[in-house]
Amino acid sequence: MLKLWPLSRVLVTRTSGAIFARTNTTAQDKVEVFVDDKQVFVAPGTTVLQKAGGRDSSTLLCYHYSIVNTASSPGYTRRMCSGFEVESRLIEKSAKVRTLYHDKLSIAGNCRMCLVEVEKSPKVRTLYHDRLSIAGNCRMCLVEVEKSAKVRTLYHNRLSIAGNCRMCLVEVEKSAKPVASCAMPVMKGMRVKTDSPATRKAREGVMEFLLMNHPLDCPICDQGGECDLQDQSMAFGSDRSRFTDIEFSGKRAVEDKNVGPLVKTIMTRCIHCTRCIRFASEVAGVEDLGTTGRGGDMQVGTYVEKMIKSELSGNVIDLCPVGALTSKPYAFTARPWETRKTESIDVMDAIGSNIVVSTRTNEVMRILPRMNEDINEEWISDKTRFAYDGLKRQRLTTPFVRDSAGVLKQSDWETAFVAAAEKLGTTKGDEIAAVVGGFVDAESLVCLKDFLNKLGSEGLCTEEMFPMDGAGTDLRSNYLLNTTISGVEEADLILLVGTNPRFEAPLFNARMRKSWIHNDLEVAMVGPQVDLTFDHENLGDSTQVLQEIANGTHPFSKKLNSAKNPMVVVGSSILQREDGSAIHSAIVEVAQNARKQSGCGEGWKVLNVLHRVASQVAALDIGYKAGVDCIKQNPPKVLYLLGADNGTITREDIPKDCFVIYQGHHGDKGAAMADVILPGAAYTEKEGTYVNTEGRAQEARLAVSPPGLARSDWKIIRALSEVIGVTLPYDKLEEIRSRLTEVSPNLTQYEKVEEANYFNQSQQLANLLKASLDSKPLTVNQVQLKDFYMTDSISRASQTMAKCVQAATEAETAKY
Amino acid sequence: MSSLCRISQNLKWQTVLPQISIFIRENSTKPAEKTKFGPLKDEDRIFTNLYGRHDWKLKGAMSRGDWYKTKEILLKGHDWILQEMKDSGLRGRGGAGFPTGMKWGFMNKPSDGRPKYLVVNADEGEPGTCKDREIMRHDPHKLVEGCLVAGRSMGAVAAYIYIRGEFYNEASNLQVAIKEAYANGLIGKNACGSGYDFDVFVHRGAGAYICGEETSLIESLEGKAGKPRLKPPFPADVGVFGCPTTVANVETVAVAPIICRRGASWFASFGRERNRGTKLFNISGNVNNPCTVEEEMSIPLRELIERHAGGVIGGWDNLQGVIPGGSSTPVIPKSVCEDVPMDFDGLIQAQTGLGTAAVIVMNNQADMIRCISRLIEFYKHESCGQCTPCREGCGWMAKIMNRFETGNARPAEIDMLYELSKQIEGHTICALGDGAAWPVQGLIRHFRPVILERMKEFEAKQPKKATA
Repeated sequence: MLKLWPLSRVLVTRTSGAIFARTNTTAQDKVEVFVDDKQVFVAPGTTVLQKAGGRDSSTLLCYHYSIVNTASSPGYTRRMCSGFEVESRLIEKSAKVRTLYHDKLSIAGNCRMCLVEVEKSPKVRTLYHDRLSIAGNCRMCLVEVEKSAKVRTLYHNRLSIAGNCRMCLVEVEKSAKPVASCAMPVMKGMRVKTDSPATRKAREGVMEFLLMNHPLDCPICDQGGECDLQDQSMAFGSDRSRFTDIEFSGKRAVEDKNVGPLVKTIMTRCIHCTRCIRFASEVAGVEDLGTTGRGGDMQVGTYVEKMIKSELSGNVIDLCPVGALTSKPYAFTARPWETRKTESIDVMDAIGSNIVVSTRTNEVMRILPRMNEDINEEWISDKTRFAYDGLKRQRLTTPFVRDSAGVLKQSDWETAFVAAAEKLGTTKGDEIAAVVGGFVDAESLVCLKDFLNKLGSEGLCTEEMFPMDGAGTDLRSNYLLNTTISGVEEADLILLVGTNPRFEAPLFNARMRKSWIHNDLEVAMVGPQVDLTFDHENLGDSTQVLQEIANGTHPFSKKLNSAKNPMVVVGSSILQREDGSAIHSAIVEVAQNARKQSGCGEGWKVLNVLHRVASQVAALDIGYKAGVDCIKQNPPKVLYLLGADNGTITREDIPKDCFVIYQGHHGDKGAAMADVILPGAAYTEKEGTYVNTEGRAQEARLAVSPPGLARSDWKIIRALSEVIGVTLPYDKLEEIRSRLTEVSPNLTQYEKVEEANYFNQSQQLANLLKASLDSKPLTVNQVQLKDFYMTDSISRASQTMAKCVQAATEAETAKY
Repeated sequence: MSSLCRISQNLKWQTVLPQISIFIRENSTKPAEKTKFGPLKDEDRIFTNLYGRHDWKLKGAMSRGDWYKTKEILLKGHDWILQEMKDSGLRGRGGAGFPTGMKWGFMNKPSDGRPKYLVVNADEGEPGTCKDREIMRHDPHKLVEGCLVAGRSMGAVAAYIYIRGEFYNEASNLQVAIKEAYANGLIGKNACGSGYDFDVFVHRGAGAYICGEETSLIESLEGKAGKPRLKPPFPADVGVFGCPTTVANVETVAVAPIICRRGASWFASFGRERNRGTKLFNISGNVNNPCTVEEEMSIPLRELIERHAGGVIGGWDNLQGVIPGGSSTPVIPKSVCEDVPMDFDGLIQAQTGLGTAAVIVMNNQADMIRCISRLIEFYKHESCGQCTPCREGCGWMAKIMNRFETGNARPAEIDMLYELSKQIEGHTICALGDGAAWPVQGLIRHFRPVILERMKEFEAKQPKKATA
């Protein structure tokens, strides 16, 4: 009897009703609205708060960092709303209406700080009703559009609307009550007053209530200086308390919860905005957080003591408007105004999340996300956020040379260079080989390749395997995530093959979940049973299934062929197998068939490879061979390891007398087998180019200088080349970047995804292959949460990550 | 007419002229309005087994006229039922008093394929209110039949009766009645032989006051914590299980069949304009004979108390104040009680409200501050905690009211408390915030001297501070 309407998917969150479809509207569809007597046109998908300002997409940073003082600065009262062209950061500072709205989250409507006054003229009301009868429903709300940000709330545009903070209350003329602008749909001709006395009074009242039970522990609170509540109370809080507490019953006190090694909770500070809950259930897809109790006794938490079992849990720290959820590793280490922020790129996976590296006195204090709608929106994974303490441990800070006794001895650059040059200079080119690891920037890659090429060597490989048969790496479209990450939102069917994106690329997975919630995306998997946080069909883990789909004999083929915008995503981990090329050519077949049959057109790309390491795409672009097979087949006399730490090549694979040079930043597997160690720089310590799995080049920037004697990697190679006497022709970053451009122009076209579109040719070449699939089941390395945290030399050196592994392992056996 | 003329003599002509013209025009087209309301005649009572003196089961109910020609009502179609409801002037009996015909009409939009639901709000939790439970335990068939008629009028496929968890016997009787109705083909497939399929389900709540709020009730029905939803979208668009839903009070639904049977004009003959019909009144507190009684709307409060509840303990002159519509309506003092009519508009004019028509009488022996303080304690306990003003504000008000009880406060705090209540009122997602604010406002509006007196007494009892 009880049939759930499709909305039920949305009903996962408790404010189902308030979730509204964001539709693409043209200029003509726009609705005329008046904000503080200024006429603006808004898409009818917006709420008052979005309209009246709120957070613009590029304001995340200043949202995180700026402002403590702006509200109280002398210029504050004089700044008026400044129209469309104003830069968003300024706008943020001119915020008059601050609420707990968050544009990435659903609207709770519960903070009640977004109350505004709205005026409705009777004439307009009839127009509205006309629209109602035509449209049937008017689910869109009043937030968005104009950049004259005046309303700041607990609303988050990536979460559902809870409407509970009540900080966005605005006044609507002729409506009896102030309305919560985060949840109120715009209506034609609506007159909104964001700064009228009634509005200000309403918000001041809500502010007073929020502060009533909030502890006055700002001096010892980690949120201090980047606290929404602080900012808002500066903006319209009262300057004195009216709270009389004769019985000394005190403010509400709530026991802290232990939710794992990453998120520290001081729950007394909680103002019940429910952002973290909405994030967990909507974005992260774990139902771990919720509320218990009611009224003043309501508590946010996990109900029983347990870890938040999510790879995205750290984002609740950013989302928490107060200091209730803070970073455990970062606790009490720095204040936001003391730190220097460097905008950079993450390398812990191949997604290339945009990050901000906070540093103080040449030390990385923490890592925060940076908004990039095309890649990570505004989230980052826990490994990205918390593995930074690995940058301070196990570091190679000085060169080492193995002495005659076979012991690695600390040394200096001169000795190390001489030792390395001796071997390199006296060995024949074809007896020299190199392996590069997952953290190497494009500059060093091209530098090393030029260097070894000059010495006559062609044996340059990546640690990560990729099939070189068929079209191999010759066609760029063969090894990229061609649909792009944001393309997931247009897809209606995704076939995953041998990958667990939840842990291999958490933000790609989050994007799929988003699309699954809002666009009814369907996902199927050929591979092991894994929890992707959303429902998907598991077609089995045998290669047989893959073969059948490629032949078109599997029932799923029909589905794939009838999809409008299908995607086929193969994980790079599965391509490490011996039958990698057979798998790849099967995938090419599946993708190309789907592309032809589904009628998605030439513009839509179906084939996608999801890489695991940050350097791989750039390395393949530059012309490295994928995989170390060629080294195993032709054992070299000199082996140059550039950050190769994953143990794909060991002492057993090479001759005993092979001289190994290791260049890198961590004393991990590579350094252990080296004869000479050249200390390099980690990703936070150099200017580098990384190309993510989509083929998008991005710039990582220097945030701190390399420790000790360590130097930037390409400079080390450049110096070594000079010692040997084959000096590389570039001295400056610009020069090496122009070399990059020469090799492949896309490597320096930052932020852009270069089109790659040779799918037909790829299929033809794949058809020539005679490789056949193994019968081994398709498995992945990272199945459970505990497998996620330690995957590379940085995260292996991180204590925080070790704690996470321990906690996740314990959580597996925990009762709850 | 004469009273209006008398008033008009005191006013300037310019302002009065339009009023008079309106009055005359209305007077010329409509029959003269009644001026005396109540007592209700026995033959006009809807709830004829209110006191459980007769058989509540199907046989007894049919003997009292329930399920009589229900099929014919259903066959007249939803438009006819809706028109009857509109003509009857029935306003929702759950407290807000929204015109029922209009509300049910919202469901009449062309279907988009989703089923529609009727949800009956039987989560009667308002302190002082005990009307729905009487219906459900002594006249459950009225409600079941009402569900069918109301459901038909909005094209609903099923009714969910969300009944308060504490109402064990009521839920049990209701379930028996539903079973009987199913067994006799009155509901279910081809209800009453009308060709219309309609199911009725009972869902027992877990005892939270907030679950009586319509969207919160929907949440609770869906199996979630009962926290009110934001509106819009309204339940008529997105209600229970994401489908169009109307939430109606038990009494509203239960009177629908008899309105259809006896005609809208019969129902509209009771009460004043815009406040039509009969209503169940609950009279409790310091009266000699607390009772639930069906009376005509607009009956004077004094007559209601004196005729049905045996008067105030200690006589009318011993009356201190009355909360006229359940705990969330502001208290009114004796002076207002003298001639206020018990209907929506009359009580709004007296700065209070009809609410659920649960009259709580307090005589001079009652401690008014303590009474209101207790109510605030209740609201503090029942606040869902979702949105800020109510979650934080109710606790704060309770703290202040606690001190007011003993008088341990400064006079300035009275105005502060009033302001606080204004900061809560109208700023919350649901109406619980308003409901919590109003009792305090009523107290301060009418009983400020009592509070001040209490503070003075407290001050006097304190040991004198040594003067330096």
